[in-house]
Amino acid sequence: MTAQLLLQTLLSGILIGLVYALVAVGLTLIFGVMDIVNFAHGEFLMLGMYAAFWGFALWKLDPLFTLPLTALLLFALGAALYRLIIRRITDAPMLSQIFATFGLMILFRGLAQYLWKPDFRSVGESVVAGKVAFAGLQFGLPQVVAALGAVLTTAAVWWFLRSTRLGAALEATAADKEAAALMGIDAQKMFALAWGLGAACAGVAGALLSTYYPIFPEVGSTFILVAFVLVALGGFGSVAGAFWAGILVGVVEVVGGFLWDPAYKMVLVLSLYLLVVWLRPQGLLGKA
Amino acid sequence: MNPSRRPTYLAAALVALGLCLPAAAQEEIKIGVIYPLTGAAASTGLELKNAAQLAADLINGTDRSLNLPLAGAGGLPKLKGAKLKLVFADHQGSPQVGATEAERLITQEKVAALSGCYFSSVTTTASQTAERYGVPFLNGESSSPQLTQRGFKWFFRTTPHDELFVQNAFEFLRDLEKKKGLKPRRIAILAENTEFGTGAAKLQEKYAKEGGYEIVEKVLYPPKSTQLTSEVQKLKAARPDIVMQSSYLGDAILSMKTYKELGFVPTALVANNAGFNDSEFLKTMGKDGDFVISREVWALDLAARKPVIAKANELLRARHQVDFNGNSARAFTAIFALAEAINRAGSTKPEDIQKALRETNIPADQLIMPWGGIQFDETGQNRKGAGIIIQVQGGQKVTVWPFDLAGKDVIWPFPSWDKR
Repeated sequence: MTAQLLLQTLLSGILIGLVYALVAVGLTLIFGVMDIVNFAHGEFLMLGMYAAFWGFALWKLDPLFTLPLTALLLFALGAALYRLIIRRITDAPMLSQIFATFGLMILFRGLAQYLWKPDFRSVGESVVAGKVAFAGLQFGLPQVVAALGAVLTTAAVWWFLRSTRLGAALEATAADKEAAALMGIDAQKMFALAWGLGAACAGVAGALLSTYYPIFPEVGSTFILVAFVLVALGGFGSVAGAFWAGILVGVVEVVGGFLWDPAYKMVLVLSLYLLVVWLRPQGLLGKA
Repeated sequence: MNPSRRPTYLAAALVALGLCLPAAAQEEIKIGVIYPLTGAAASTGLELKNAAQLAADLINGTDRSLNLPLAGAGGLPKLKGAKLKLVFADHQGSPQVGATEAERLITQEKVAALSGCYFSSVTTTASQTAERYGVPFLNGESSSPQLTQRGFKWFFRTTPHDELFVQNAFEFLRDLEKKKGLKPRRIAILAENTEFGTGAAKLQEKYAKEGGYEIVEKVLYPPKSTQLTSEVQKLKAARPDIVMQSSYLGDAILSMKTYKELGFVPTALVANNAGFNDSEFLKTMGKDGDFVISREVWALDLAARKPVIAKANELLRARHQVDFNGNSARAFTAIFALAEAINRAGSTKPEDIQKALRETNIPADQLIMPWGGIQFDETGQNRKGAGIIIQVQGGQKVTVWPFDLAGKDVIWPFPSWDKR
């Protein structure tokens, strides 16, 4: 086993980890602002994939070109779901909240099966088909572009939260919604914004993945478990935490699977999670 | 006629008709056929049903142009030309429903024998019911090896089971060595870690050892993984000649994309059916799916060497606008095997049919399958069953083994990704 092979797996791990991170950023945003666990988050990713797929299948538009539109669509969907459903259960018992988002998950999967059939689909020839090779290492261009897109989107979310008034208002609501309301921040708007942004992040991740990952109605379930781990690992509500946790989990999964046994790659990830929760219950970057 | 006497005549006529009924029933031999006609596998179930019905109609009809057992006999000659009647039942994909439907067919429809059920899980329960009642059960298309390892007396299976299919892959390798001088030795196994993949991997290890092959790597992975990079890196590091892979569709696609991404090129990729044989696989992979080798139970291009396949396929196309596939071809064959045995028994008594089934010996040229014939061993398994090996060439699946049935020569080795 050569150092080169190890470097290759390490970088592959980082590439997939960056995509995991973007999915988790959306989830952690919603949780951070509202304390609601969104079980339908994987379905946002699935819908993003299908948006990219149909753009390609019907109009020959590459998933990367339709990316802004996918983001907008998912943003609108997230905000609308908040207005129509989530708003009514903000103060309901936790079980109602779980059932509501869990129900949405089942609804979206069922709809996708009904409307688009349970078949596996994929975007045939994306503009990003090809390979990046250097120093004896090689990576698929779709994977590299997806990782880059994920970093850029995560950075944009980060910038928005840190450097805009609206972002600051969102963070203020997350920190203390009563105090924020007293300062004149409309909590309802902030919640809708969080849902919109959260869904858009997952949608963008889906569109980026669609250039190389098969698309099917249950695809969300594949990614959601990792996203949950990242949110807890990085610290509930912490965007930066989710980002670093994404990279960490990607590397542990790929390198660990390579060095040990791929059958146990999720065991490694979940053990890491248990370890962090044990030593640092608030997560890597969470506030105690 | 005096109108007042009419009821009497009517009654007499009815009595006469009633007396005739048992005699009329004698002219029909009922076979219960259980398939998933509703639910997730309904479309497959319908294909199976259509194929089975075509087989029965051929036996009941008078078209003698097909060289299949009893085709064109106009019924079963040794049972005074009694017609074959298939009574279809729907198991909905559920083992419980399969068992109750089997019971209903036996006790209420009074079928002479049962066939079905496609799903190994349902065949298991339905055949248990048949065993309890002592009614012959002939399965044509369930491939779980356990089915014929239960010591049942009334269960017969025409299709080869999964273990035989795995064995075929090794026979194919041996033939490559004998007839083409190719000597692949290093085998790596990649399999999903549920029952299908782990079961296949175990068998592959067993046959590799027996054949003197070296297993250089064995990678089991969780199905529906987000990435298969570590798996493929492990394979790549082991430098195998052959990768034997058992994957469902999503993982089959993802693994192929990862092979390409990481530039992994074994001498050959020998897949174990499943995802690789799904039509969606080739649709998705396009020309990147080329050169994949897989096992299959049947292929339409066998018609080039077996004209009876082309004829039967024309008939099916004329009726249902679809071609035969591995499942429907086996369902079709099961009805012929069953009818042939019942006819030879010359009776509908379960014991007679059971005895006739045990003595079945249908030659290869009377089948639309690539088998050496039908002859059951003491467990009820057809000992002459065999699979075929196909390869994707130019986006088409072509038969490459057994060599005497092959449509095209196998392309070996796998060309590297940048030379395609």
